[in-house]
Amino acid sequence: MKDIKLTTPLDEDSIRELKIGDVVSLSGTIFTARDEAHIRALEYKKEGKDIPVEFTGSAVFHCGPIMQKEGDTWHLVAAGPTTSSRMNSLEPEFIKTFGARAIIGKGGMSRPTLDAMKSYGCVYLAITGGAALLAAKGITSVKDVHWLDIGMPEALWVLEAEGFGPLIVAMDSQGNSLYENVESETKHNIKMAKQKLGLI
Amino acid sequence: MISDDVLKKATVELLKNAVTALPEDINTALKKAYETEEDAIPKMQLKNILDNIELAQTGSLPMCQDTGIHIFYVTFGKDMVISVEDAIRNGLKEATKIIPLRPNAVHPLSRHNPGDNTGLKMPYINYRFSDKDYIEIAVMPKGAGSENMSALAMLTPSQGLSGIKEFALNTIVKAGGKPCPPTIIGMGIGGSADISMKLAKEALLRPINQRNDDSQIAELENELYSAINTLGIGPMGLGGKTTVLGVNIEYAYCHTASLPIAINIQCWAARRAVARIHPDGLIEHISHPKEVSP
Repeated sequence: MKDIKLTTPLDEDSIRELKIGDVVSLSGTIFTARDEAHIRALEYKKEGKDIPVEFTGSAVFHCGPIMQKEGDTWHLVAAGPTTSSRMNSLEPEFIKTFGARAIIGKGGMSRPTLDAMKSYGCVYLAITGGAALLAAKGITSVKDVHWLDIGMPEALWVLEAEGFGPLIVAMDSQGNSLYENVESETKHNIKMAKQKLGLI
Repeated sequence: MISDDVLKKATVELLKNAVTALPEDINTALKKAYETEEDAIPKMQLKNILDNIELAQTGSLPMCQDTGIHIFYVTFGKDMVISVEDAIRNGLKEATKIIPLRPNAVHPLSRHNPGDNTGLKMPYINYRFSDKDYIEIAVMPKGAGSENMSALAMLTPSQGLSGIKEFALNTIVKAGGKPCPPTIIGMGIGGSADISMKLAKEALLRPINQRNDDSQIAELENELYSAINTLGIGPMGLGGKTTVLGVNIEYAYCHTASLPIAINIQCWAARRAVARIHPDGLIEHISHPKEVSP
């Protein structure tokens, strides 16, 4: 496995070089965005309202962190990924509109997102679900927060990362998806499982 | 008489134990899974999981940022029915601040988040009764990633055992990597639509190294465990040999015209904690035996 170090903002060429199975670590600014932040960002864009961060070339982390406030400073406690498929209906539009270059999450995303990644130059980076303290080790500070009115998990957090990972390139910008590969293997294996259960 | 203060303290301790350290049966199964996997990607996922468990234990911090929605099981002992609702609610609010837990409870439509994990009917408390001389409280702070993969089917009686197996396989295949595998499958068979799902969740309270007392159900648990692990979904759905750590099934008698079957999936971070509160106020932590507080 290749081990690749990347820094945000990400450029299209280095993203298009990544292949499924590569291992990546990220440094620089990353943004968290889940269901509500995706919806709001796309709405604001449509309505011509200001969006408080620059998503072009960004790494967007599907994450609802646990944060603690000490005085005026936010302190990150735990920051693992949330299930990315909840954003399936929003991500193709988000990638197209904002030019995000990396989506970080768990569980994978559907074909329209994979197609958008191919068209616009973006990758999906898988981080181990539930391993929220390991992930937090790669975050050095909380730089800012926007849209806190939608609640701590849903807000748009601006994080500074240093060697954030390990992340596995699970969907690349050539149209390959580790999840689709596993899925077709599973379809084949289900026959074996059914035999074991005496169903066929 | 058990005071509100003791109940509140027990609630905070239970939540802290649950979110910072996994019960031994789960740790053992995860270590075994790490040994079983051969390919680099699944092995790395399990290494990350084991490293993360270590970080949670040493730092006394929540292992996962999704500290769940709060469902409690309170079992009253003989002549021990007391009001526990306020104490548990206050304990949950305090735990949210001090552990800290992520404020997850929101209004289902407005999505307004009160910020302290409480709201209408949340925390949700299930009441049970026993002939013991203590009150037992169990909590399972379960994340949404796995909960969202729950499934219910009202099968026809003629679909029988085959229908149940087929439904279980299809549900796991459909869930893929989304519920943070390796998962634990909780299944409820029989009862009614609502009872089968309650049983499926309650099944997850049982350690995964204990089989159902009923030999036919125990056999089904073993069969499904071994069949599901041939699917190749693997840790985090990135491929591998370990898709489930265990299959736990509970059943109830049902209507002669029905065959309800429910599945409630638990992620690898199978957090659960059980404590007994004795009449003298002693809190005995059953699931995390190192913690005993007078």
